[in-house]
Amino acid sequence: MEYYTPESFNKASEIATNAQGITRFLAGGTDVLVQLRTDMISPDILIDIKNIPGAKEIECLTDGSWRIGAAVTGAEMSEHSELKAQWPGLVEAMDLIGSTQIQGRATLVGNLCNGSPAADSVPAMMAANASVLVVGPNGTRELSVQDMPVSPGKTSLSKGEVISAVLIPARGNNGGDAYLRFIPRTEMDIAVVGCGVNLRTDGEIITEARLCLGAVTPTIQVVSEVTKLLVGNKLDQTILDAVAKAASAASKPITDKRGTIEYRIEVAGVLAKRATKIAYDRARGLK
Amino acid sequence: MNKIHVSTTVNGDDTEFLCDPRETLLDCLRDKLNLTGAKEGCGTGDCGACSVTLDDRLVCSCLVLGAEAEGKKIQTVEGIANGDQLHPLQKKFIEYAALQCGICTPGILVATKSLLEKNPNPTETEVRYWLAGNLCRCTGYDKIIRAIMDTAADMREAH
Repeated sequence: MEYYTPESFNKASEIATNAQGITRFLAGGTDVLVQLRTDMISPDILIDIKNIPGAKEIECLTDGSWRIGAAVTGAEMSEHSELKAQWPGLVEAMDLIGSTQIQGRATLVGNLCNGSPAADSVPAMMAANASVLVVGPNGTRELSVQDMPVSPGKTSLSKGEVISAVLIPARGNNGGDAYLRFIPRTEMDIAVVGCGVNLRTDGEIITEARLCLGAVTPTIQVVSEVTKLLVGNKLDQTILDAVAKAASAASKPITDKRGTIEYRIEVAGVLAKRATKIAYDRARGLK
Repeated sequence: MNKIHVSTTVNGDDTEFLCDPRETLLDCLRDKLNLTGAKEGCGTGDCGACSVTLDDRLVCSCLVLGAEAEGKKIQTVEGIANGDQLHPLQKKFIEYAALQCGICTPGILVATKSLLEKNPNPTETEVRYWLAGNLCRCTGYDKIIRAIMDTAADMREAH
């Protein structure tokens, strides 16, 4: 195995483009190194992106949007009080992943590129309408997080492409987000269901809404039915029940050791309700 | 296979080693630097027995490559005591008998020291969440938590 520490994302992309054999990018390594050690993959080339300038920076741009470098860890996001104040759902989603030790290494981009249907940060990023900057052999492009997952473990990135940063839109006024996950334990487990919600209000009326579910479909998706239900309405019990029903209807889970199909469908509805309520309260400044 | 030359700082001492690119920091600490305090439990980042700090950030050394230590500052359990003078946490772990087989102890000491540096006055809940990634399969958690809460109180008084 060859180990590279390029000084730019263009160089990282060039190495990956010209690579013969299995190539992996290394940021936090909490997935890649586990796969390497358990012989699930045996990379010929490992490209460590952590030394690239900007890769470890969280930056609020002049338009209020955020640029989170590809190697920024969960711990660094949780310690960033301004980011946390504006996007609490996103930061909490990332913070739910693994232990303190894992938080010291794990990254948003790694969680996205690992392609797990149960990734915690991905429904939150997707609900926030986040995108990623993709550096490839043909230059740099912006790609919506929504368009990243293709199937379990597979993303839409092609050979030689590497993500340099996550872009989170400006929070703007009267917006709020939330992420809830259900696991059978208190800590350290993989989502049975995850649910991210991001919405904006005008008084009591919801003007924008996105709800995304994790661990109940082969790829994490926006439940567009929920947007239709919420936009233009106040959040009352009838609407919340309809949101739960829509979330359950959008769930096409599998049965595994963490939960059955029936259980996951039920929990998806419950979390959809609760997360929507939290995001609604946050949007209206009620916390 | 090409070996990588790594220059790093371990417990305040400048150190160098040669490693294979696949070797973990845990392997390098144990096999090349003879620092066998960090233990290999699971080898996949679940158990925390290999906890060290890397530039003051708590990590599992089994999920860090030796090559990644280049230019970094590493602290292991061996650096906690000051010569023969045990750290208050170590003394308290002995006093409370907060260990049985002892395999998880180095990781728990490193993790707890890191917590108390960030938060000298943690609640029991905060301690338990912080240590969720440090497994003790003798299940001696109660004494561990009590030893930590008592150490934190003593250290606050000493300041």
